[in-house]
Amino acid sequence: MEINAQKRGSGLVASLVGELDQHNAEKARIMLDTMLRDITIRDLTLDLSGVTFMDSAGLGVVLGRYKTIHMRGGRVIVTGVSAAVDRIFRMSGIYTLVERR
Amino acid sequence: MQNNIELYFSALTQNETFARAVIAAFAAQMNPSIEELSDLRTAVSEAVTNAIIHGYERDGSRCVKMRCTIDGDLLTVAVRDDGCGIPDVELARKPFYTSKPELERSGMGFAVMEAFMDRVTVESALGKGTTVTMEKRICHAER
Repeated sequence: MEINAQKRGSGLVASLVGELDQHNAEKARIMLDTMLRDITIRDLTLDLSGVTFMDSAGLGVVLGRYKTIHMRGGRVIVTGVSAAVDRIFRMSGIYTLVERR
Repeated sequence: MQNNIELYFSALTQNETFARAVIAAFAAQMNPSIEELSDLRTAVSEAVTNAIIHGYERDGSRCVKMRCTIDGDLLTVAVRDDGCGIPDVELARKPFYTSKPELERSGMGFAVMEAFMDRVTVESALGKGTTVTMEKRICHAER
């Protein structure tokens, strides 16, 4: 799992590359939380175009970051959502919390 | 005639990607659609993760068993651990329930398996282990 991040104003765009399963979810969580220690970040965009696989562990990563960002009054946006990732997002109802662009 | 494979692997999360590759490679002979393959990979990933982190509490010296069967257009995958067992299977299957909130699990594992497979059965005995058996008809199969 690789994450490339870029801060633009109060927003962070994090591009995830790899398979987001339980094994990589732990790494992704640590990397994202390290970036989110910067409390000037309000909005988080997760670019998932490089995610080749995702299961419910990936949902946990997105939901966990949503909690952090929501407490700051910010928004979480997901982009680059593949058909397979979209299926799991839709069945989980995560789009009521996280915006897809 | 049935076609079976059995696989034993260490209860390590890095083997999840291997288990997904195995089910995809075995199912390839059924000529599945890309979506069906994706469903199989995701469901297997969920079951294997559960065996590793819940069944065996991440004890990598333990062994996960995966048995896959093709019978006509029906693919069956059974993922078994000889670990701690599930105290309340009905509760464990509920969406958003997780026994490990500290791991930030979404509690959607069984819900995903149920959504992506045609049938999911769970047999569990405390202190003995859990077997999750999942079935899916591959509609693109040559008959």
